[in-house]
Amino acid sequence: MINLVVASGKGGTGKTTVSVNLALALSEQKIQLLDCDVEEPNVHLFIKNKIKESIPVSIPVPSICMATCSFCGYCAEVCAFNALAVLADQVLIYSELCHGCGSCSYLCPEKAITEENRTIGTIEKAYSDSLYFAYGCLNPCEAMSPPLINAVKKMVVPEVVTIIDAPPGTSCPAIAAVKGCDYCLLVTEPTPFGLHDLKLAYLMVCELGIPAGVVINRSNYGNNEVSGFCSDHNIPVLMEIPFDYHLARLYARGEPVVLHAPEWLNSFRNLYQAIIKDWKGQK
Amino acid sequence: MKTITVISGKGGTGKTSLVASFVALSGGEVVSVDGDVDAANLSLLLKPFSTKEYKFSGSKEAFIDTEKCNRCDLCRELCRFDAITEGYCVETISCEGCSLCYYACPREAVKMESRQSGNWYISQTNYGTLIHARLGIAEDNSGKLVTLISKKARELAGKENKDLVIIDGPPGIGCPVIAALAGVDVALVVTEPTLSGIHDMARVLAVCKHFGVPALVCINRYDLDEGLSEDIDTFCCKNDISIIGKLPLDNIFVKAVVSGIPVTEYGNKRINKMIATIWQKLLDACG
Repeated sequence: MINLVVASGKGGTGKTTVSVNLALALSEQKIQLLDCDVEEPNVHLFIKNKIKESIPVSIPVPSICMATCSFCGYCAEVCAFNALAVLADQVLIYSELCHGCGSCSYLCPEKAITEENRTIGTIEKAYSDSLYFAYGCLNPCEAMSPPLINAVKKMVVPEVVTIIDAPPGTSCPAIAAVKGCDYCLLVTEPTPFGLHDLKLAYLMVCELGIPAGVVINRSNYGNNEVSGFCSDHNIPVLMEIPFDYHLARLYARGEPVVLHAPEWLNSFRNLYQAIIKDWKGQK
Repeated sequence: MKTITVISGKGGTGKTSLVASFVALSGGEVVSVDGDVDAANLSLLLKPFSTKEYKFSGSKEAFIDTEKCNRCDLCRELCRFDAITEGYCVETISCEGCSLCYYACPREAVKMESRQSGNWYISQTNYGTLIHARLGIAEDNSGKLVTLISKKARELAGKENKDLVIIDGPPGIGCPVIAALAGVDVALVVTEPTLSGIHDMARVLAVCKHFGVPALVCINRYDLDEGLSEDIDTFCCKNDISIIGKLPLDNIFVKAVVSGIPVTEYGNKRINKMIATIWQKLLDACG
């Protein structure tokens, strides 16, 4: 079964619109929808299933046994993230800088460091008969989202079609969401911003070796350079969504368009067929 | 010297269009920074005529000398990022540069090498100096790079006798956003009247509050849904946050992006007046 990720370099191009409507359009089969934009998750504003379970996600951070510590400073020396500072008679831990690599506890000559869990966010799970929906929610002021994104992705049940809504960008949070997926749908808009960021996102999926197709949102605005880029690089444009005031109003209110306009139900089903065809072709 | 950061939580609310307009209105009297190092777009509107490039190396990366390695597997057991393959190669994308394998390897077969994670640039534009960057694809350390270019911008502003640095911030609430808020005098949060826009604005405002950065709000495309715009009014009023302006849904913003110019250069008097008022209120809030 396909594990599909919806990504974009630029934010606000319509990733969530595409993920939500695609998942709902396929409601005749079992679907899982995972919102991995954990800094700003929005899918739950559209899929109003009741949250059945909330699971805290934590990362390991060091805890120093002061009775055993000799204040030698080796932990601070080996920490690549400057998360520890050793003074004459105390050790300062900056847990928000800690990547949870375990170097300090493993390498401490006195074995004075153990690890404790620090919660960085939650996974909210909501099920219905046909839709298994979960999203990650990073606690505000936490810097590192990849461990939470990886935890959300571990929720994937095999043998079910999976749609992942990725965070914007091309650095570690986006990589965490996109890595390991079978196919990437890149959502963009036909403007110089959209094109510039699509190029970067396309480099990202090439680097990860994942086949990709493009959805052009607000396709009636801007210019045709995005289509030109796609045809020059043989990237299939699988769907175009024109800007429409009515669509924008539905989006504003958290109303998935496939539930309001049957023509869009067909468009998103066709999109799915096009993805499957392209995925099998590129495999 | 003062610093302003423009953020939004949700992407695509109009941060870059607004920042480019502010910079144009300031008549070259600010140093501007594109703090969205993953997807930097400000230079597409400010159009630099000259650029100096510098290398950024944010972290190290492990390399395994396969001749020294006796495949004891300790590094693979210890690595929490699953970065070492069965054939004892380090996957660049997964390695966080923590160096645990380097310290732990009994045969000293691992070496750490610094890796170039991106570039940063000092550019000259018709609207003054712009500092921007490009983080390499799949790279970590976006926060470090934002911190670096913000610091360089403040140094340059000092040298150029300019009193203001303006940072076009990244979307989200994570590491690069926190970096873009460090030492800032005021943050402008650009939102839109959609449930997503409001939800994300509330989260990024919580981050501003936590770090003690005073925040102001501007509503873009306020007339898309006036009911939701009123909800933003109510939310901000309750939380004692000033809304310093509302901009309409207007095709002129897209046209300006397509033409590669700040929207204020388009000569629409009504829009220019609105943006100039927001800019003035932002300057007043800086003190």
